[in-house]
Amino acid sequence: MNEERLPLLSRPPQEIAVRVVVYGVLILVAIYFLIPLIVMILTSVKTMADIRSGNLISWPREITFDAWKEAWGTACIGVACSGVKGYFWNSIRIVVPAVVISTMIGAVNGYVFSKWRFRGSEVIFASLLIGCFIPFQVILLPMARTLGALGLSQSITGLVIVHIVYGLAFTTLFFRNYYVTIPDDLIKAARIDGAGFFRIFWKILLPLSTPIFVVCIIWQTTQIWNDFLFGVVFSAGDSQPITVALNNLVNTSTGVKKYNVDMAAAIIAALPTLFVYFVAGKYFLRGLTAGSVKG
Amino acid sequence: MKRITCRWMIVAVLVAGMFSYNAFAGEVEVLHWWTSGGEAKSVGVLKDLLEKEGHTWQDMAVAGGGGGNAMTVLKSRAVAGKPPTAAQVKGPQIQQWGDEGVLTNLDDVARAGNWDTLLPGVVADIMKYEGHYVAVPVNVHKINWMWVNPDVFRKAGAMIPTTWAQFEEEAAKIKKAGFIPVAWGGQNWQEATVFESIVLGVGGAAFYEQALVQADPQALNSPTMVKCFETLRMVLGFIDKDAPGRDWNLATAMVIQGKAAMQFMGDWAKGEFTAAGKRPGVDYVAMPVPETSGGYLFNVDSFIMFDVKDTEAQKAQQAMARLIMEPRFQEVFNVNKGSIPCRLGMSRMAFDAPAHMSFDSFVASAEAGSLLPSMAHEMAVYPAIRGAIFDVVTNFCNSTVANDRAAKTLASEVQSAM
Amino acid sequence: MMAMTRSRRGAGHTRDIFQYLEDLLPKIVLAPTAIAILISVYGFILWTAYLSFTKSRLLPKYDLAGFVQYIKLFSNDRWWVASKNLVLFGGLFIFFCVVLGLLLAIFLDQRIRIEGAIRTIYLYPMALSFIVTGAAWKWILNPGLGLERLMRQMGFADFTFDWLVNSEMSIYTVVIAGVWQSTGFVMALFLAGLRGIDDSIIRAAQVDGAGLPRIYRKIIIPSLRPVFFSAVIILSHIAIKSFDLVVVLTRGGPGYSSDLPATFMYAFAFTRSRLAFGAASAMMMFFAVMAIIVPYLYSELRRKRYE
Repeated sequence: MNEERLPLLSRPPQEIAVRVVVYGVLILVAIYFLIPLIVMILTSVKTMADIRSGNLISWPREITFDAWKEAWGTACIGVACSGVKGYFWNSIRIVVPAVVISTMIGAVNGYVFSKWRFRGSEVIFASLLIGCFIPFQVILLPMARTLGALGLSQSITGLVIVHIVYGLAFTTLFFRNYYVTIPDDLIKAARIDGAGFFRIFWKILLPLSTPIFVVCIIWQTTQIWNDFLFGVVFSAGDSQPITVALNNLVNTSTGVKKYNVDMAAAIIAALPTLFVYFVAGKYFLRGLTAGSVKG
Repeated sequence: MKRITCRWMIVAVLVAGMFSYNAFAGEVEVLHWWTSGGEAKSVGVLKDLLEKEGHTWQDMAVAGGGGGNAMTVLKSRAVAGKPPTAAQVKGPQIQQWGDEGVLTNLDDVARAGNWDTLLPGVVADIMKYEGHYVAVPVNVHKINWMWVNPDVFRKAGAMIPTTWAQFEEEAAKIKKAGFIPVAWGGQNWQEATVFESIVLGVGGAAFYEQALVQADPQALNSPTMVKCFETLRMVLGFIDKDAPGRDWNLATAMVIQGKAAMQFMGDWAKGEFTAAGKRPGVDYVAMPVPETSGGYLFNVDSFIMFDVKDTEAQKAQQAMARLIMEPRFQEVFNVNKGSIPCRLGMSRMAFDAPAHMSFDSFVASAEAGSLLPSMAHEMAVYPAIRGAIFDVVTNFCNSTVANDRAAKTLASEVQSAM
Repeated sequence: MMAMTRSRRGAGHTRDIFQYLEDLLPKIVLAPTAIAILISVYGFILWTAYLSFTKSRLLPKYDLAGFVQYIKLFSNDRWWVASKNLVLFGGLFIFFCVVLGLLLAIFLDQRIRIEGAIRTIYLYPMALSFIVTGAAWKWILNPGLGLERLMRQMGFADFTFDWLVNSEMSIYTVVIAGVWQSTGFVMALFLAGLRGIDDSIIRAAQVDGAGLPRIYRKIIIPSLRPVFFSAVIILSHIAIKSFDLVVVLTRGGPGYSSDLPATFMYAFAFTRSRLAFGAASAMMMFFAVMAIIVPYLYSELRRKRYE
């Protein structure tokens, strides 16, 4: 970890100018990044009358949190008028097992692809990576058929399995790239000492894997929490995730749209992932730094 | 001995318990996209009625894409072998589902409820597959409305037009006075809505039937169709440049706020006016689209019923179908949604003035043979053909394609989609 | 590898079996993943390919009908617009994310005091689903409601930014929103890569008198090559799957000028009940992507073996 860097910008008068440029660019770009969030927050605290008559990027005439209360507890999504709170817990029930299992399998796969290579393993790895590139719309019908044949259609189990299967390519990629940077000598020494496949994994690699676990968990959580397509097709009624509920709320076809409730609900839907990024962001970077992306 | 008796007693209690539960309670799983606001409340009415009869309603709401997402879900479930009990499907798609052999037969309910006499022929035909009822209609929306802000007209010194020639003159006056003549939402279904109204007006009912219901290539690539595109191009000259992508309700807002004079939209636009506290006849006027006063382009939402094995579910299904066609649901649902009942001969008391106009128009046009299914709202042609028409029309509206070229492309794209 | 003593046949034999099992173990461990991918990726692709040769409409039908769907596809104007858009969008999206991400990473690496906050601000868009942020972007980019109106109200009367409603430029708005969403992640990848570079090489170069730009160009950026690889893979994946982005921002409009193959396929296969046609478009998309990704994967993975 190179926390101490040389002062690369080493000449004083120029240094100030360059630093001004650097800070300037960073802050301008930060504004570009923040604008949508600001718009969403401002809209969520306005009243409908305000939104209808005013500018969509304007300061609210009066600030009210009614839209938030409605979004959480009373907004009508389908025939149930109890807001998004139920769907929130559904998403958690889907995300937690899917993330945990896909990460574990990815870890073991990464271990094999980096330390126990055999003839043809690179081909298998490449074939796995290619799976990253199919657009998910293509697999909806065949997967529905498969799940139906297995008796798992419209169930949370089925949806979790789908998420695991399509997350394997990335989790394996992350772990493999990380384990490749761990010196092979460590493994060789352990084998001479008589340690077997799982023992090496358990005792040597896992303890070193915290950073990449963090990266993987953050990535998978974001992907699965924010997924809409699989959620809408492979779940049913009460077990729908929050993205489906949000879509239902926002997309009324011929009814009156309540933009403030929509925005409030959207922010609520985003809170867990935002939380993960704010809190774990530092560890995320540490995880990436610790060699996860080098070769 | 004692143990056996004990065990038998437990069994007896359990069995008795099973019977004491309402033996006629079935569950209906309903797939629909009426997911928020007034629409959701309307569906809630049906749920309550069904539950009062002891059945349960399992909601499967999927919004987005005007039903597009719901259809994806429905197809996936059909492929998985687990379709819902009822699904919100309308128009010729009902026949397509019938072709798959997965729909149930509602003839018993229809006979008992006298559906053949209570529904206009055009509507009943859509609900049937090979002569048997497979779907039940919920409401009737009229598409070819023009929503007008009379104040804007007054300020511009213009008159509300009833022909396209008049429209061109009056719109020019409005534009000169600094207002936007037509509030336009640049989305393909909205553009198609205006297009089909123009086809009805310029070409007449028979031409509309030939072109947009039969999808006859002769009619699609004809001088009349070229004239329709000409009219559409003329109307496009009176919209503002920010129209592409605009949602329909934001366009209605332009009329409400007095920025624009007119909007071409179906009767659900009324809900926006009402929510903004505007009064019909005073703050806004509902007129038929120019030259379509005798014609009625309808959109009927309906539920198709799938073949289910469970007898309880079947009973619940039939109860749902029966309840939908009964006056009580028809009234409450349609008052909430801004449409009119599809059941003929109902009391009009609960409905407002524009709805009354719609009632009259519905009956009159049914008798005159100008009650026609809306192409833009999936009532007239198969989705593949509708999609092809949409692509041609939206491309026309957003580029400088010539009128005759557009008509030619229309015919060829529709052919390709068949 | 392990010394096998054959002095006592019994013990050697047992070790043989264990050795054999241990060799087999990695393969056994990989097996579930391999089977899952075989079915759910390659199996389904084959199924889609089969369907593209049928005349399926609403639901799958398995009677073969030759190349008719492909012929219709190639004469469909909207398909060509969508394909062109994927190249434009994909290329620009990957380019800007990489360039901007690298630039921001280099800047952030300069011992900035507010690094933590800035980094979080750059990363958060990735946390949000586009269904969440799409409405906001749609308003911002709309000339009548958003940026253009704001600038005009602030006094810049001639300011125009109507790309969103312009058929020629609408696809570029998709690029803007897409870059916004993914640059932060790429920046994080590069920042991590930068921090992992060994200082001594840089110090040596500076001692030799090399200027800063030269150091970046000749030493630092080349050593980030693996990061470029990961970034391009992840960004390509995102570009191809871009569906929500288009649906929410432009709905493919005005007209269908900002349509992409993913939305095209969905519209035709599902909404318009032309399943076989949609399958044909999916296969074309797949072939085109493979034609680009496979050579790239091959060159990068081979290179790794020699590092």
